[in-house]
Amino acid sequence: MDPLILARAQFAFTVSFHFLFPAFSIGLASYLAVLEALWLRTGQGVYANLYRYWLKIFAVVFAMGVVSGLVMSYQFGTNWSVFSDKVGPVIGPLMAYEVLTAFFLEAGFLGVMLFGINKVGRKLHFVATLAVAVGTFISAFWILSVNSWMQTPVGYEIATDGRLLPGPSWIAIIFNPSFPYRLVHTVLAAYLTTAFAVGGVGAWHMLRDAANPGARKMFSMAMWMAALVAPVQIAAGDAHGLNTLAHQPAKVMAMEGHFQSHPHGAPLVLVGWPDQAHQRMIGAIEIPKLSSLILKHDPDAPLKGLDKVPLADQPPVAIVFWAFRIMVGLGFAMAGIGLWSLVARARGTLYGSPLLHRAAVAMGPAGFIAVLAGWVVTETGRQPYTVYGVLRTAHSASPLASGVVATSLAAFALVYFTVFGMGILYILRLAGHPPHAHETTLDGTPIRSAGITPAPAIIERAAV
Amino acid sequence: MIDLTVIWAGIIGTAIIAYVVLDGFDLGIGILFPFLKVGPDRDTAMNSIAPVWDGNETWLVLGGGGLLAAFPLAYAIILPALYIPLVTMLLALVLRGVAFEFRWRDPAHRAFWDTAFALGSTLAAAAQGMALGGLLQGVNVSGRAFVGGPLDWLSPFSLLTALSLVLGYALLGACWLNWKTTGPLQRQAVTYAGRFGILLLAAIGAVSVATLNLGPHYQSRWLAMPQLLLTAQVPLATLIVTFLFYRSLGLKHEVQPFLWALSLFGLSILGLGISIWPDVVPARLTIWQAAAPPRSQAFMLVGASMMVPIILAYTGWAYWVFRGKVGQDGYH
Repeated sequence: MDPLILARAQFAFTVSFHFLFPAFSIGLASYLAVLEALWLRTGQGVYANLYRYWLKIFAVVFAMGVVSGLVMSYQFGTNWSVFSDKVGPVIGPLMAYEVLTAFFLEAGFLGVMLFGINKVGRKLHFVATLAVAVGTFISAFWILSVNSWMQTPVGYEIATDGRLLPGPSWIAIIFNPSFPYRLVHTVLAAYLTTAFAVGGVGAWHMLRDAANPGARKMFSMAMWMAALVAPVQIAAGDAHGLNTLAHQPAKVMAMEGHFQSHPHGAPLVLVGWPDQAHQRMIGAIEIPKLSSLILKHDPDAPLKGLDKVPLADQPPVAIVFWAFRIMVGLGFAMAGIGLWSLVARARGTLYGSPLLHRAAVAMGPAGFIAVLAGWVVTETGRQPYTVYGVLRTAHSASPLASGVVATSLAAFALVYFTVFGMGILYILRLAGHPPHAHETTLDGTPIRSAGITPAPAIIERAAV
Repeated sequence: MIDLTVIWAGIIGTAIIAYVVLDGFDLGIGILFPFLKVGPDRDTAMNSIAPVWDGNETWLVLGGGGLLAAFPLAYAIILPALYIPLVTMLLALVLRGVAFEFRWRDPAHRAFWDTAFALGSTLAAAAQGMALGGLLQGVNVSGRAFVGGPLDWLSPFSLLTALSLVLGYALLGACWLNWKTTGPLQRQAVTYAGRFGILLLAAIGAVSVATLNLGPHYQSRWLAMPQLLLTAQVPLATLIVTFLFYRSLGLKHEVQPFLWALSLFGLSILGLGISIWPDVVPARLTIWQAAAPPRSQAFMLVGASMMVPIILAYTGWAYWVFRGKVGQDGYH
């Protein structure tokens, strides 16, 4: 088998598995910070118990994110050494900044966050939670800057030997044209993913015991998040799409399934099968002029199609086309659940609507699927380039024999499916326990940090 | 001459030292794990590193990431050359990293995750040793790429360096347990520290002699006059430190044996520096040939000089929070 395909499969496999965990931990870290802040402010035990409940899950998610992330930082060198040699001077420093400003911050405070509440007291412990939450965001900032630069490269110079070197302005490189859009879209996606995971767990337990205060609280908080953030995310996604149209038109053509140019307004293809070999859509169901209306805000605006792009420069259309529909479909479903929850809340049936709760359970994994589909759209849509328009994927890989890459891919698959499969099982098992009033900390002991005087502990117990 | 490239070589070197110092003992505990009694002893040993292992491993990410950023050509040559040991190391670190959480989440399969922790730690240490050996014995380079075969790194020499690193990390782990635990576990740790100390000394001697036999460029660095007068101090200091290590162990000190064991590692790394400097791929590529342009190195230096002191401060604080002896109900 072609070593290039194997190397791409290995990267796709390891990065997809990896991103499931940060997509959850970015949102969960912020959720934990909010829970602890509410606990400190109100003294209500329900927040402390929810904090401990989700902290146990966070610990498992975070551990898997760390070890699968470590793999990524070496994938660039083992399988993509030519890319590293050529582009390292530009993206290497940004990744070094990620390590220096984010990874150490998360790792340094994680121990205190997980195990330290009885040692440092509540306030300092809250600082640790906050530091971890901020660290996950800073990490997203840098790595999305790197990815965005690969999508919309600017601010570089080409050396005589073909390497890409940084130009005079690092600000231009970091804040490259697609970065602000991708950052907002991805961080909101992480928040939504977490909201639906948390909401799904809350709904699951309410279907068994509608009076469970922890389940009610987490469901209510998650539904606020869904109702407020899902519409914002749709708007952010739209803006991101317009940005992509400006900088990577071929990706948008693949997303839209536009093989032909439409000088007098392009239709929105709802479904259909992209037949890239013959450059046509099979069985397309279309709404006339709607694509031009969405992308150009004018139903008669001309839109170019893939007929203007040489076949050798086209991304794989079917993958991009379908992944995009999965992402958008789930996005609108999330907004729908959010709206439904607002109506139920206004009617006072938020906690008494089993149908809504069942829908929320079904949508529990929706964020993860949408996030992966989104990454497939943007990464596959960048093909056949690693650095868009500058460096081809075929010219980026390490000079390796296919046997080595195939063997390591099999090893990654075996270890990842076993280890992370078990990990996901443990997360589901933890989430299967209903939240209750005496959640333990990770060391299995009650929180002793109530202070020198027992008063706060008594208040906490009373509140529980 | 001090330039940006030399500074960055120093920073990456420091990251590697920090990694070995910090993750060494925590991999070492994994290596010793099969010899610890099932039950409270294992729980205590695990608890002594649970709050810090993640931070320790971050130095490995800095080493890899820093190499890509400051010396991209070295990264692009070394990683494909050491493909198998590095992928093995990563998979081993996956296994051991998740075991910290999983063994508590699934008591029914605790024996399985304990095995994963021990196997992962040992394999990670061995793979790092093999990578080091593979690099020292030479890498085939043509133009800007590795041109050797996938098993070039495998040799008696790299197996020796692998064994040495496993022994060395086990020594650090035993010394750490002597510091952080009490009772029978501590006594067991002292016994092991005594055994692994002598084994490591033998291994250091063997690797040193074997390195000299790898090629004339190593011999000239170590044995030519007048620098022999300086390089000869390294084995001498190693013997003195070994003596001090055993003395403090005999005096039942708790912290000092750990520090002396770290000093042994420090001297070994100094020895490595003498063997390699100023190459990054021995006898093939100097740090200047592999360097990223000054713009990349200068931009990162701003960040590194601001962030590294802050990182050291809060990492130190985290260690301070979990200072003292660990109980078996410790942090977990």
